[in-house]
Parts: sequence; structure tokens; C-alpha cells
Amino acid sequence: MSGFFKSSIGRKVAMALSAFFLMIFLIMHVSVNLLSVFSENAFNTASHFMGTNWLVQFIMQPILIFGVVFHFVMGFVLEVKNKKARDIAYVKNNGAANSTWMSRNMIYSGLVILAFIVLHFIDFWFPELNYKYIVGNPEDPTRYFHELQEKFVHIWRVAAYIIAFILLGLHLAHGFTSAFQSLGITAGRKKTLQSIGKAYAILIPLGFIFIALYHHFNH
Amino acid sequence: MNLTLKIWRQEDSKSKGRMVDYKVTEISEHMSFLEMMDVLNEQLVNKGEDPVAFDHDCREGICGMCSMYINGEAHGPDRGVTTCQLHMRMFKDGDTITIEPFRATAFPVIKDLVVDRSAFERIQQAGGYISVNTSGNTQDANSIPISKHAADEAMDAATCIGCGACVATCKNSSAMLFVGAKVSQYALLPQGQVEAADRVRNMVAQMDLEGFGNCTNTGACEIECPKGISLENIARMNRELMKASI
Repeated sequence: MSGFFKSSIGRKVAMALSAFFLMIFLIMHVSVNLLSVFSENAFNTASHFMGTNWLVQFIMQPILIFGVVFHFVMGFVLEVKNKKARDIAYVKNNGAANSTWMSRNMIYSGLVILAFIVLHFIDFWFPELNYKYIVGNPEDPTRYFHELQEKFVHIWRVAAYIIAFILLGLHLAHGFTSAFQSLGITAGRKKTLQSIGKAYAILIPLGFIFIALYHHFNH
Repeated sequence: MNLTLKIWRQEDSKSKGRMVDYKVTEISEHMSFLEMMDVLNEQLVNKGEDPVAFDHDCREGICGMCSMYINGEAHGPDRGVTTCQLHMRMFKDGDTITIEPFRATAFPVIKDLVVDRSAFERIQQAGGYISVNTSGNTQDANSIPISKHAADEAMDAATCIGCGACVATCKNSSAMLFVGAKVSQYALLPQGQVEAADRVRNMVAQMDLEGFGNCTNTGACEIECPKGISLENIARMNRELMKASI
């Protein structure tokens, strides 16, 4: 089995599996964040649970970080290998004639998402670790909603969110069906998967963008 | 019609190539692209110049020899055709046409527009066959029942002519459509299923060894394939390798 993951197809499968994991995480993340639009208490309760539950903090969070790092590192490794597979570029190449912009530029949409995740870590995750585990502040179950609102006061942060999530949508527009194809489970379901993929690629980023705009205009 | 051609000229596999401009005149719209190239070469020979080297054989769209990357697409702008079936009616009088060899590290240029596609041969030799004794005691094929659906899918996969357009088109120079088709044509039939696990393992290993890129599912290969080989063959190859590895 270890030989399998060293093969070109094995690497595709590994990319697809990490993508599935991250896509499920995105559904969970947007769902928790959307609670902030409907109920301050519900959002605080959910965030408090996520922020203090040991299973989430010490098992699921490290797995998530591993999944993110793995997906990006493997993406870069494949990109480098793929570049080597064509030592001389075409003088004229009409890629738009046979493939979508999204499918040809996954590395660039991925880089924007990576930049956003770095910003998200600096903006949220590192201060959160500092608050809880380094400074060791007493846990306040009501702090999450106001902290979230604070994040979207500045328009530049909202703009960064919107740009990043548009690129995430483009990444998912190809990535969703691509993950199924890599696992070889597209047979007879291609059109259905494409429709679900389109809906997913629009709704998930739109949810995050809506949350950012909602709190920017309602704080 | 009168055309300007920008063609990749390269003396041999070790030389550095470059694009060279040529003018061709009085080209009939009914000519095939290769016939237009013949007209150009006749002009060059008459002037005492070296004709442009390009691959061709059957000129009927079944041998897979003719290649060429024309105006940024493998086998040119038409769909479901090889370069020999591409007609000049697809172009307009006064057009400038860029003609390059199929590009991939695994397909090195031999001369001008001719590339070495023997990497495909080696992948085939790694497992693209069935080990059947054909010394006169083979079973009657009709005695092995095969569903119409499986037979049709195997036949569709078997129509791959190994031209390499999939590799040339793919932004990653991946050969997975070719290998997927070859794996599928046997994996779908009882005669091929006996050696299916070894076949997919060996063919994928050889494909990786040849230096082809990794598929990122852009689907460009399926669009440009002159025989319409479906992406489903890549999905089937992925399943076959997973099955063989577990």
C-alpha cells in the first residue's frame, strides 16, 4: 500500500482524500459561523464548545492542521513534478479551448487561499492559543460573538475575506468534482456531481462572505 | 488561400530549435492540413531548402502517427480528428498558423515536428496485452459471454490510437488518458481480468518512470482526443490500481 501512495495515481488519491476532509470541515465551519447571524447565544455556546472541548482542541484540531498542510505541500510537490514533465513550453497554447480557467489555475487559487489561512492564523488562531494556553486567561463563554464582530469592523479585512472566498469558490468549482474523479467514483454520476459541486462551490464561499458583510454593517 | 506559417524548426534532438516563418500560397480549402504541409515542403525542396519533417502514415485518422500542435491545440482547432483529417477550410485566407511539435519531456523532439513517442510503446510492453496461448488451441471467443455494455465500453477504450494528443494537450503532460484506455480495454473483458492487477500496477509504474506528469482532471485530454476517449477510463484506472494495491 505504501507503494501505491508513491505512484502518480496514489498521490492523486491522497490529494482527493485530504480535499474531502477539508470540504467537510468547511461545511462545519460555515455552519458554526452562520449561527452568529441568527443568535448571539447559540454562536457563543457553539464556539465555547469548539474552543474548550479536549477532543476538538487536541485531536481534531491537529488532524485539521495536518490535513491543511498536507493538501498544500502535496499540491506544490505535484505542481513542481508537473512543470518538469514539459521542459519546453508551447509558443502558442490555447488552454481555454478545452478546459476551464479554474482547472488550469488551481495552484494560484490555492496560493491565495494559503495566504488567507496565514492571515487567519495570525488574526485568530495564534491570539486564541495565546489567550487560552500561554497567558491562561479565565475562560469567558460570552466573548466569542463580540470578538467575531470586531474582526469585521475594518473594511480592508472584509475585502480580504471576499477576495479569498471568491478564490475559494473557484478552487472548489474544479476541486469538488476532481476529488470524486481521482477516487474513480464518477461513473454514471458525472452530471449530478457537477451540479452538487457547483452548488457547493457557490454556497460555502457565499455563506462566509455573507457573514463578513452582515457583521460589518451590523456591529 | 494564402497563409503565413510559423513552424518549429529543429535540426536534431540535440539542437536548439526556433520558430521560422513561411508563406504558402494558393492553398485549397479542400486540402488536408498534411497536404498543405506537402505543398510547403515542395516549395522548400524547389528552393533547395530542408523540408519540414513531420510524422504521417495512413492519412485516414487511424494510425495515430500525425501529431502537430496547431494554433495552440493538439491536431488543430477541429474536434474528433487527427491532423491528417483536419481540413484547410477550418482556416481563413490571410491567417497566421502556429505549428509546433507535441511538447512533453517524455516526448523529446527528434527533428522539427517529429517527436519520439516510444514511451507509449514501453508502457504497452509493461502490461498492455493478455498472455494467451495462440498456438491453435484458443477457445472460441463466442463461448465466453460478455455483456453488450462491457463489450461496447471495452471497444470504445480500444479505439485509442496512441497518438499522444492527450499528453500534448494536458497542462501537466499526463499520459493518464492513454494508459487509462489501455488498462480499461482489458479490465472490462473476462480475458483481460485474469492479469488486471499486475497490468495496472506495471503500466502505471512505467508511466511514472517515463516522466509523464500527474493528472489534475482538467478534462482537456478528453476534448482534444481524436477518438473521443472518455475520462471515465482514467477513473476506471484509478479504481483498478486502488483495487490492485489493497
